[in-house]
Amino acid sequence: MNPVRLLFLRSGMCRHFKKDPISPRPLDGLTILDVGCGGGLLCEPLARMGAHVTGIDAVEENIEVAKLHAAKDPLTATILYQHTTAEQLVQEKQQFDIVAALEVIEHVPDPMDFLQSLSLLTKQDGAVVISTLNRSPTSYSLAIFAAEYILGWLPKGTHDWSKFLTPEEVALLMERASLTLEEMTGMFYDPLKQTWRLADDLSVNYIAWAAKRGE
Amino acid sequence: MVGAAVACGLVSSPLTRSLKIAVIDGSPISFDKVKKSDIPDPRVSSITPATVSFCKDIGTWDDLKSKVAPFDSMQVWDYAGLGYTRYNAADVDEPVLGYVVENGILVSSLRARLQGSDVDLLCPTQVDSVIFPHRVGGLPEEEGSNWAHVNLKDGRSIATRLVVGADGGKSKVRKMAGISTTGWDYMQEGLICTVRVDEHHSTAWQRFLPTGPLALLPMNDDFSNIVWSTTPEKAKELKSLPSEDFVNAVNNALTKDFSPPPKSGFAEVLTNRFLSPYFGNLAPSATEEFQFPVKVKSVETDRLSFPLSLSHARSYAAPRVVLVGDAAHTVHPLAGQGVNLGFGDAAALIKVLEKGVRCGLDVGEISLLNEYENTRKFANLPMMAVLDGFQRIFSTDSGPVNALRAAGFNLVQSFGPLKKLVISSAMSNGFSGLPGLLRI
Repeated sequence: MNPVRLLFLRSGMCRHFKKDPISPRPLDGLTILDVGCGGGLLCEPLARMGAHVTGIDAVEENIEVAKLHAAKDPLTATILYQHTTAEQLVQEKQQFDIVAALEVIEHVPDPMDFLQSLSLLTKQDGAVVISTLNRSPTSYSLAIFAAEYILGWLPKGTHDWSKFLTPEEVALLMERASLTLEEMTGMFYDPLKQTWRLADDLSVNYIAWAAKRGE
Repeated sequence: MVGAAVACGLVSSPLTRSLKIAVIDGSPISFDKVKKSDIPDPRVSSITPATVSFCKDIGTWDDLKSKVAPFDSMQVWDYAGLGYTRYNAADVDEPVLGYVVENGILVSSLRARLQGSDVDLLCPTQVDSVIFPHRVGGLPEEEGSNWAHVNLKDGRSIATRLVVGADGGKSKVRKMAGISTTGWDYMQEGLICTVRVDEHHSTAWQRFLPTGPLALLPMNDDFSNIVWSTTPEKAKELKSLPSEDFVNAVNNALTKDFSPPPKSGFAEVLTNRFLSPYFGNLAPSATEEFQFPVKVKSVETDRLSFPLSLSHARSYAAPRVVLVGDAAHTVHPLAGQGVNLGFGDAAALIKVLEKGVRCGLDVGEISLLNEYENTRKFANLPMMAVLDGFQRIFSTDSGPVNALRAAGFNLVQSFGPLKKLVISSAMSNGFSGLPGLLRI
């Protein structure tokens, strides 16, 4: 898992919930929902940081794989994996301190509904984190053309460029979902050094942090 | 030693303090703080300011600072008598170039630091075997634990996320991880002993003889340490000499043998005539004359010797295992860098493990360990190449090479910026800067 994303999440959570960033398990006592958890690449580090993590995914195979892997380490064996959707959990009236949906919103049929569900799943004064790809010429050339067609990093058709959201659109949708956008940062991958970096440039990948404030 | 240093560093850092750590060592613990014994043990190391900084970070410097001997100048010359170089801590505006300290004192300071911490000190205990899993990572795996298992000779077995191999040049951990080494024998042995000299000094003297360098390092009071790297035959001969004859042999080798000492004026002429007009910037030691080293009066301990070689592990990391110190690399003692490289490894490993904890990663994960490997290879390999190069240049006796050496001596002696670069690199444990602990 991209360490830059993990560090962004960690510092965001420490700041938001006033936790000690130097503690080895700063997320102790927090509940986190990872929507679209895949094989558990995000759930496992968050569990090691002390959080009580629930991971959900619409693809059953992902959940099976995630469970198998997490069982191997006592620190991650506490993760709760479920084959279900955010909408389903809303119906069950579940709520969490933090709801994360990384690289999901560009795949859902209705981003507005999706954000609404994420907001409902968040406790009052909790936080929502999403990451996605910007709809820009740069992202087309890098994330679609280069990544899918030239370099073959992703299978062709993984992403539908027209479904990418610009940061402005995300900001608007968040407002409508009663979420207060607090931070947005770009991320780019340096293929020479094989590391990710945070950046001011949001033209390809970016991550957004929002709080659920209000009455 | 380096393994204990890693444990001390982990215990000193708030992020890694809560990791469960066990240190396994074949030799028994003795927690009595080793008093500065009357006669220093001949097994010593010279530690750089970067290493001292690391010792401060891990909490052992307070214990060490009264038991180390500082040196603030160095003189290096060879048997051909054509040139010399003097280094002074003042060249880089520092109070000292480094410190000489007994290895036993380094080890006991580390163990004292671990006492009272949560670290499990298993000594004396021998490792029988270590079983490593096939791979670690985010990919799905078959049933069965993917941790490493350390099996001890007393029958106990420890399951762990990460094995730190700090078990020396003949590392068993390295063998069991399937990591091979490259390297060569120097066909030399290092002979060491403690001597008394005619006056207290704070200079490290090193004269390169055709058979290898002879170094005289200052210690407390009128004690000094000898490190004589030479052929196995010569080492055997030196060990068998009666004490008085050995003392004479050392004094002669440092002064008379082979050729008269270099003249001082050469470097000054070179500087004044050619270099100062353009570069100015003279280091204070550039105008220092060649000095005769202190005279050895008596030998105070047994003369010990050990074979010298260079070796380097092909990789420093594999899933759930990482190598530090001599287990990863051994070098020629001609620049006293071995221990410092080891502590540099420890500092880098601690920093990487802190990052791992911060990112919620499994500390034995290979991507993390590869980061450590890349950092340290980048720092260690140039240093090892330079030391190896020096060893070769200094053991070649031929007119052109001798002259080349002389030119080298004189150039470094007189050319300030180059001298400062040499000193700063040596003081900071390598060419990639201080590997100090991350301060949050």
